[in-house]
Amino acid sequence: MMKKVFGRPQSMKKNIFHYCAGCGHSIAHRLIAEVIDELDIRGITIGVPPAGCAVLAYNYFDIDMIEAQHGRGPATATGIKRVLPDRIVFSYQGDGDLAAIGIAESFHAANRGENITVVFINNAVYGMTGGQMAPTSMLGQKTTTSPAGRNNVLDGYPIQVSEIFSLLPGTAYIERCTVNSPASILKTRKAIRKAFQYQIDGLGFSLVEILSPCPTNWKMTPIESCRWIDEVMSKSFPLGVIKDLPAAAKGERKKGEQRHDG
Amino acid sequence: MMVKTIFSGFGGQGVLMMGYSLAHGAMSAGYNVTFLPAYGAEVRGGTANCTVAVSDDEIASPIASEPDYIVVLNTPSLYTFQNRMAPGGALFLNSSIIAVEPSRHDVRIFKIPSSEMAEKLGNPRTANTVMMGAFLKITGLVPPDIYLRSMETVMGSKKKSVIEINRKAFAAGHEFLKIAE
Amino acid sequence: MNKVLMQGNKIIGEAAIRAGCRFYAGYPITPQNEIPEYMAERLREVEGGVFIQSESEVAAIHMVIGASAAGARSMTSSSSPGISLKQEGISSLAACELPAVIVNMMRGGPGLGNISPSQGDYFQATRGGGHGDYRVIVLGPDSAQELADLTMDAFDLADRYRTPVMILADGMMGQMMEPVIFKTPKPRAYPESFIMKGAGAGKSKIIRGLILDPLDMEEHNWTLDRKYQVIARKETRHELYKADDAELILVAYGTGARIAKGAIKRLRESGLRVGLFRPITLWPFPTNELRDLAKKIENFLVFEMSTGQMVEDVRLAIQGRARIGFHGRPGGVVPTPVELANVVMRKYDRKEGIIDHY
Repeated sequence: MMKKVFGRPQSMKKNIFHYCAGCGHSIAHRLIAEVIDELDIRGITIGVPPAGCAVLAYNYFDIDMIEAQHGRGPATATGIKRVLPDRIVFSYQGDGDLAAIGIAESFHAANRGENITVVFINNAVYGMTGGQMAPTSMLGQKTTTSPAGRNNVLDGYPIQVSEIFSLLPGTAYIERCTVNSPASILKTRKAIRKAFQYQIDGLGFSLVEILSPCPTNWKMTPIESCRWIDEVMSKSFPLGVIKDLPAAAKGERKKGEQRHDG
Repeated sequence: MMVKTIFSGFGGQGVLMMGYSLAHGAMSAGYNVTFLPAYGAEVRGGTANCTVAVSDDEIASPIASEPDYIVVLNTPSLYTFQNRMAPGGALFLNSSIIAVEPSRHDVRIFKIPSSEMAEKLGNPRTANTVMMGAFLKITGLVPPDIYLRSMETVMGSKKKSVIEINRKAFAAGHEFLKIAE
Repeated sequence: MNKVLMQGNKIIGEAAIRAGCRFYAGYPITPQNEIPEYMAERLREVEGGVFIQSESEVAAIHMVIGASAAGARSMTSSSSPGISLKQEGISSLAACELPAVIVNMMRGGPGLGNISPSQGDYFQATRGGGHGDYRVIVLGPDSAQELADLTMDAFDLADRYRTPVMILADGMMGQMMEPVIFKTPKPRAYPESFIMKGAGAGKSKIIRGLILDPLDMEEHNWTLDRKYQVIARKETRHELYKADDAELILVAYGTGARIAKGAIKRLRESGLRVGLFRPITLWPFPTNELRDLAKKIENFLVFEMSTGQMVEDVRLAIQGRARIGFHGRPGGVVPTPVELANVVMRKYDRKEGIIDHY
C-alpha cells in the first residue's frame, strides 16, 4: 500500500518560490502553511506580509493577505484583529522591517499584548535591497554598507529583539529558532504551531524569531550559511524558548475590560 | 446686531463655564452664537479666556478683535483685554480680586465684589455666576429665565444643591447692580 | 431635530459615530485632542467600537488600513505635522483602494510651527500628499453644521469610491463651539466582497499596493485615474454668496470663507458689490463653476491663511479670463473681517487684479 508522506500544504498556492537557493524564507512559509492546515484555520486566517524579500508572500500563501508598508505590519495586524477578534492574524517580518523601521509598531503591538502572532525572519542583512547592514548584523559582519565590517562604535550592536520583547508584560510566548537543519526545522514548526495556538486561545502576543540563512548576501554556499548560523549567529542570538508565560498573560488580559479580543 | 464678549481669569475660576453658558443661553434664545476658548500654550500657564459672539445674523469670525464687553476675574486679564475694547462698551470686573483702576474712561465700568458675594452665599466657586447675573442685568443679552435653564443644562448632572446655590448667586449679581444703580 | 452647542472637534467625533465609524486610532496633537478624547469615550458605548491610542501617527494610519480592510468604517485625525507623518499610509489607502476618513485640523507651519489656525496644508491635501500618482477627496467645512454634515458625507464618499477622504479644517474650526443639528445618516452600503475576513471555504484575497510589472502598475494608475475623473465630474461642491450682482468675487474656503463673508457684509454696507465663491470640495476643485463665473466677472481676490496655495487652482480654473489678486495671512494669524474688507476696498478702487503676489 502506498502512503503519501509529503505534499503541498493546502494553504499554499501552486507557485514556485522566487527565493534564492538556500534561503530560509521558503522553509518558513511552508512551516506556517503546514501549521495553518494542521490547526484547520485557513478560512479564518489573515496574513500581513512585509516589505522585503517576503513582500511577495501573498503569491505563495493561499489565505487572505494584506500587504503592509515597510515595518507597519503589527499596526495593520492590530487594526484587523481588533475589528475581527475571532480571526487569526499574523504578521511576517524581516529584521530591517521589525527591528529598524518598524521597531515602534512592533514594540508597541507587543506591549499592548495584541493577540497576534509575529513570525520574525532574522537573517542579519537587508536581503531584497542587496545585502546592506541590518540592525541584527553581527559585529564585524561585512555588508554592502559596512564594507569594513559592522563596527560597534559607529553602527551599534545587533539588537536582541526576542530578549527585549520578553520584558514586556503583554507578550505571552517568544521563542528563537532556526531552519538550518531538519531537526531545527521541526523545532521551528512546533514553535510556530504553539504561537498560533496561543493566539487561538487568546493568550496575547506571540513571536517566533527564526535565524534564517541568506547565502546570496552572506556570500556563502547554503551549507556554509547553515554552519554560520550555528557557529556565529546563534552565539549572539541564543536559540530556545525565551518567554512562555501563558498564565501571566491570561491574568493580565482579564483585567483589561476594554479588550475586544480577549 | 452683533455682540462679542471676552471672559477672562485664572484657570479654575469658571471662566469657560461663563462663556459656555452664555453661548448656550443665547442659542436657546434664538441667536446665532459662537464660543471660542483660548487653546494656546498659555492655557497651561493658569490663565483662561474665551470669546462669545452673539448675533441675529451669520457670525463671520468667532474672534473678537474689538470686544463690546469684557468680564475679567483677575488683574492680568484686565491688563490684557481692556485696551482691546470698543469705545462705549462695558467692562465687568471682580472687585474682590482686582484692586487696580481700569485705564479706560470711554467704556462703562461695573465693579462687582463677586468673590466676597459668593463666599457670603456659602460657595466661593459661584463667583462666576454672580458675575453672570450682573453681566446679563446690564447687557440684557439673554433673558434670565432662559439663561438659568441653559446654566443647568451645561452644568449637566451636577447636584441639585449646586444648581440651587448658582441660582442664588445669579440673583445676587443681578440684584447687586440694581441696588448700585 | 435637536440643536446642540458643541465644539468642532467633538462634532466631528459625534458625526463619525453616528455615521457608523467603529474604529479610530490616533495620537495626541493640539489643536485636535478633543477628537481622540471624544472617540475614546464614545467608542466604548457603541457595539463593536474600537479606540486605540497609537504609538505614533504612522502606526495610527496603518491601524486604520487594517481596520478598513477588515470592514470597519475607520477614521484617524491629527494636525499638520502629524498629517505629514500619516502620508505613507494615506498613499497606501489610495493604492489599495481602501476607504477611510482622515481629519486635519491645520495649524501654523512649516516644521513644528505653532498651534494657531492656518491653511498652509492645502497643497499637501489636494495634491495627494504622499508619494505616487493619486488624489484624496478633500472637504473644507466652514461651520459647525458643515463639520457634522461633511464628516457623514466623508464616510459615504470614502465607501463609494473606495478611497481616503480628508476633512481639511483648522484649529479655529476645531476649537470653536457653534450650534449644530445632526442629520440622520444614510445606512452604509459597502459590498461584503470588498471586506477581508479570512477566505472561508473560498478563494483567498490579496490587498496590496505592490505591483512590480510596470505595465500592470500603469494599468492600476489609469484605473485610479479614471476613478478620480469620475469623482471630479460628479462630486465638486461650492457655495456662492452674494455673487449675483458682484463686481468682485472673493475666493476663500473654511475659516477664510467665514472671514470673507464678514468682510463682504461690511463692503456691501459701503456700496461695494462684492461676493464670495467658496469651494467646499478642495479636491476635486470646482474648476468649471469658477470658470463660468469668470465669464461675467472680471475681478477675483483669493484670500487664504497661507502665502498662497489655492490661488494656483483659481488661476488654473480662470485661465487668464479675469484678474486675480491675492491676500494671505500665514503662520497662524486669523485676520479680522475688517482687515480683509480694507484690503478689498483698496484693490476694488484700483480695479486691479494681479497684485501683491510674488
